[in-house]
Amino acid sequence: MLEKTGVPTPAQVEAVKPSPERLTEGPVVIVECFQEIPCDPCYTACKRGGFLPFADINDLPRMDFAKCNGCGICIGACPGLAVFVVDETYAEDKALLMIPWEFLPVPEEGNMVKGLNREGDVLADVEVKKVRSAGSHNQTSILTLIVPKKYAHDIRSIRVD
Amino acid sequence: MNKAEILVIGSGPAGLKASLSAADQGAGVTLVERDPFLGGQLVKQTHMFFGSKEQYASERGFKIAEKLTAAAEEHPGVRVLKGAAALGYYDDNVVTLELKGRVLPVSYDAMIMATGAQENTLMFPNCDLPGIYGAGAVQTLMNVYGVLPGKRVAMLGAGNIGVIVSYQLLQAGVEVPAIIEAAPEIGAYHVHASKVRRMGVPIYTSQTVVSAHGSDALEKIIMVELDDSWQPVPDTERELDVDVLCIAVGLTPLTEILFQAGCEIAYIPELGGHVPRRSAVMETSVANIYIAGDVSGIEEASAAMVEGTIAGLTAAFNLGYGRDSYEQKIAAANLELDALRKGPTGEKIRTGLQNLKKTGEVRQ
Repeated sequence: MLEKTGVPTPAQVEAVKPSPERLTEGPVVIVECFQEIPCDPCYTACKRGGFLPFADINDLPRMDFAKCNGCGICIGACPGLAVFVVDETYAEDKALLMIPWEFLPVPEEGNMVKGLNREGDVLADVEVKKVRSAGSHNQTSILTLIVPKKYAHDIRSIRVD
Repeated sequence: MNKAEILVIGSGPAGLKASLSAADQGAGVTLVERDPFLGGQLVKQTHMFFGSKEQYASERGFKIAEKLTAAAEEHPGVRVLKGAAALGYYDDNVVTLELKGRVLPVSYDAMIMATGAQENTLMFPNCDLPGIYGAGAVQTLMNVYGVLPGKRVAMLGAGNIGVIVSYQLLQAGVEVPAIIEAAPEIGAYHVHASKVRRMGVPIYTSQTVVSAHGSDALEKIIMVELDDSWQPVPDTERELDVDVLCIAVGLTPLTEILFQAGCEIAYIPELGGHVPRRSAVMETSVANIYIAGDVSGIEEASAAMVEGTIAGLTAAFNLGYGRDSYEQKIAAANLELDALRKGPTGEKIRTGLQNLKKTGEVRQ
């Protein structure tokens, strides 16, 4: 499916999710990288050991979720824009979701935007809680969104109307 | 006559790295570029690059171009000639350039060809209507000159170029109603495909464009589904209204001058067509002519940079420079290249290089 449509299967998405226990402990990274390509900046970006060492640059990222504090530094380092951070502890029925964003306009904090799934369909209106730059040498923005908890693992992009 | 110790033709990732690595070893380099700026295709690449730190992973292509261009222009060992097109090869190590309307012959001790590749196109009825572009042209319009190519653009080809240019079109505010790919699977890195898909762009595999329509310019295309043998499936034709069709169906190495110089050439489809036979350190079959980058086989820019390094080091070494450090630097570069080509996405290039090798050893 991924190789025909660009959309990963539910099984692929499930396989890279942290455990339910880890998700209840606070923000944690989710890396939706399913194809072995020659690329390793996620591993070199993380100074906490959250990414296990690459034996080969073509390896898929393998995680040590216990060492990840959800800082999101790897989000801006990933050329494939395949890294997200989810914090399910934010509120009863809301989660925080960090996504990379490379379009104009860059929304402002407090803006309401459309939350899109992996196929670009609108799932919900979501609030932009925080906007930060991925770094002085990197034009990617990192958005923190307040999303319905039930969509924390489905919303992966936004549309600014 | 103008003399160049090492003449490098083309200033894309391969040519820039070749120039810098040869000059760092102490050789005198003349770097020739047809465009008025250095960087080749890198200048149009607004996305972050893959690879590893050694190949500037996570940096955007145009930023890599800025870095390498500054390094080349500031290097005392590199003379840069911009706006100079290589015209042809002559015996006794001479290449003619066209510079400011004049023909300039340059003689060299060694030459590194880093001319890159040209885009392939497709033939179908009305494929010459205004509004039908190569993906490289669309990138040049948008990212070099700031000109929007159209309002609603269909992309033909879901390789890395097709999908990346689609993403750049979206960033420029252009609607992309379809990415169309004749092959049954997406050729691009899947992460690239996912990032356009989640912006709502559908990717249609096993489909192609059979004709274009419009009175003065493109108004619509006709798409069709393809069966397992790539033949149109009857009654699956449908129309799509677009004002631009962008064609991204592969690249062909630019080998004309190497043909002219008498370099042995082999036809290796996996490498993009006709490519020069070469040694492991990028020597062609003609003495003192080296190659690097897409002219030696279509591959990613990361690999082109490493090939450039290898060609530059070897050309310098054969002229007597960097004798002490050569082996060690080549070994390090080979490790990088092997790593880049090792995974499943490197299979095509590995097959191509094996098939090229089967044509025999290169002897100068």
